Amino acid sequence: MKKTPEKLIDEKGNRLDGRGPTDLRPIKLEVGVLGNADGSAYIEQGKSKILAAVYGPREVHPKHLALPDRALLRCRYHMAPFSVEERKSPAPSRREVELSKVIREALEPSLFLEYYPRTSIDIFIEVLQADGGTRCAGIIVSSLALADAGIPMRELVAACAAGKVQGHLVLDLTDIEDKGGEADMPIAFMPTCNAITLLQMDGMLTNDEFEQTLNMALDGCRQISQLQKEALKAKYVAVKEAVEERIQ
Amino acid sequence: MPIFYERKQLITPGDLLAEGDYEASENTYKEDNKIYASRIGLMDYDQKKVYVVALKSFYVPRVGDTVIGKVVEVGLSGWIVDIRAPYLATLRASDALERPFNPRENDLTAIFDVGTLVIAKIIAYDRTRDPLLSIQEAGLGKIKRGQVIKVTPTKIPRVIGRKGSMVNMIKQETGCEITVGQNGVILVSGKSPEEERLAMMAIRKIEQESHTNGLTDRVTEMIRKEKRGEKNA
Amino acid sequence: MMVERVKQKQIAQLISLGKRLDGRGPTDHREIQIEVGVVERAEGSARVRLGKTEVLVGIKLEIGEPYPDTPDKGVLTVNAELVPLASPTFEPGPPDENSIEIARVVDRGIRESNAINLEKLCIQPRKKVFVVFVDVYILNHDGNLIDASALAALSALLNTKMFNYEVKEGEIEVKPDYTPLPVTNFPIPVTFAKIDDKLIIDPWLEEEQVMDARLTMIVEKDGKICAVQKGGSGCFSVQEVLEITKMTQQKAKELRKIVVKEK
Repeated sequence: MKKTPEKLIDEKGNRLDGRGPTDLRPIKLEVGVLGNADGSAYIEQGKSKILAAVYGPREVHPKHLALPDRALLRCRYHMAPFSVEERKSPAPSRREVELSKVIREALEPSLFLEYYPRTSIDIFIEVLQADGGTRCAGIIVSSLALADAGIPMRELVAACAAGKVQGHLVLDLTDIEDKGGEADMPIAFMPTCNAITLLQMDGMLTNDEFEQTLNMALDGCRQISQLQKEALKAKYVAVKEAVEERIQ
Repeated sequence: MPIFYERKQLITPGDLLAEGDYEASENTYKEDNKIYASRIGLMDYDQKKVYVVALKSFYVPRVGDTVIGKVVEVGLSGWIVDIRAPYLATLRASDALERPFNPRENDLTAIFDVGTLVIAKIIAYDRTRDPLLSIQEAGLGKIKRGQVIKVTPTKIPRVIGRKGSMVNMIKQETGCEITVGQNGVILVSGKSPEEERLAMMAIRKIEQESHTNGLTDRVTEMIRKEKRGEKNA
Repeated sequence: MMVERVKQKQIAQLISLGKRLDGRGPTDHREIQIEVGVVERAEGSARVRLGKTEVLVGIKLEIGEPYPDTPDKGVLTVNAELVPLASPTFEPGPPDENSIEIARVVDRGIRESNAINLEKLCIQPRKKVFVVFVDVYILNHDGNLIDASALAALSALLNTKMFNYEVKEGEIEVKPDYTPLPVTNFPIPVTFAKIDDKLIIDPWLEEEQVMDARLTMIVEKDGKICAVQKGGSGCFSVQEVLEITKMTQQKAKELRKIVVKEK
């Protein structure tokens, strides 16, 4: 079992992976990666690797769960046994159950569920490799997968965490920073709607620190929202360009 | 009244398209006098409304649509048909049979079994119940021959063309009969597999290049080239 | 359990006038009653009534092994049960997402504020420590289960006694006298609900059923926030979150006086 290094951040705010306090980890996003799902997306954020798939709107199984006036949104956040340092049992843990709930509640405000009564929209998130920020990464790809499935929405939901590590407020914590730090605040945000759809915090922050950390996370979300739009367009621009080349 | 994008520009959900008295049409929504996109697609507008031609969406049933579906279940008094929509559709036995339906005498699997493809019309659908199909009109019923090709439902208008210009051209050039289901399923039936192949190629090309200009001419050209190529082969 | 649409509108309309169905103002809590020591067999216990919501927390202490990464600290584990008799919507079975959320948020409040001095619970480093079982038992659901549960958990911990012991030749000998559990912080929960852009504190059941979303903040004795949890399928604007953060400080102080007074 690895031991947490003594120093996670120096006086200038340089972190173990060379980032400054307000730097996001390098992010790679891809939309439409799975053949069977109605929509899908994949993210690599630093060392975290997460995949999301969406099925629906489709008939609800079991039928008695169907809602008469809107679609039923279901979400499963799950970590692969090999995703973490010490093998994790495939059975859903209490943490996975809680995260499945908060992630669903983070995505629900973005969708027009009342358009599709008596159906279900199912989101599956698989964490293939975990290095902190997996619930935020899960939200980022789930929202893209929903858009990829052609499900109408108000806006893509972006998500990012900020926190306090050895006295410094930082953006996008890795696993080691979360474990060795004083506070971790994951949020999900729709910038155009000015709507915070996920907000959690564990640690110790004064009111002022809370506000500063929140603002830092919101800025992270705004950057991520841009990356999401580019990734979504990229899938279709590539097709468009290939076609236009052939025509010429 | 400001419009913030140009026609045919690629936009994503949440993009602010326009502000003012416009009607928020397909794939958009209005809030506080502002119109936003709700799906990824190409933006367009006219004097009255703003809309998005979605690049990806699924079929939502509409009364009056002709659809092509597959029987997935044989029930006691009818069949359940998958029409590639969020809801499964129902075809009642009383609709398929000429005389009144008697469960003891009529074996429904003999008429349509699981896996049968049918062309049908949606005669009822609303928020409280699944779509209801009918095969009573001429041209509807069991599909006995031909091949089926699936496209994204948003491309169907392009496959048909203005006043049927595109689909009629393909019929003429390939000699195939073509039935276009509004749900993105198209039946191609020709006198030979080769004719059917040409028609399917044409449809694929339309799906991929649907957003471009001069498509009808290019598709015609492609079909003729293929036919010439075969003669030489 | 669905609230009739007429009632939904009624609740929202009243709130826009600054009133609630039960006569409370937007920042008024329901009446809080706390009773401690209600389950003698448990090492500590408390029953909290928040309006008609009723939660019973029992604390059991056992001797067990520490976690490998904290060999000299005691173990805290929180569990919550939405007992079927508490509501027509609770069904028997394994913990569902709601009871798991309640347990984990209550746990966060206690753990992140270091409410229990876990080092003092170490008996033999790497071998034996006290394990504190906090079991939250929801007896009647009339809204705001998180706040009622966290208040009951804190009250129960303040009521908890550890038996004294002596380690003789590697064996633990239990002595007949007791010491209070070392509780050094007092995390207090405050939950706001949002209905039609209005913020109200301590939502009761019918308000919860029509609310857009809720935001719970747990504040420790020096005013630091140690846990935050947004719930519900709606959202908050940035301004609303900051407004709630301010209002929470005052409310947490008021509530702490009530809880810490009762020992």
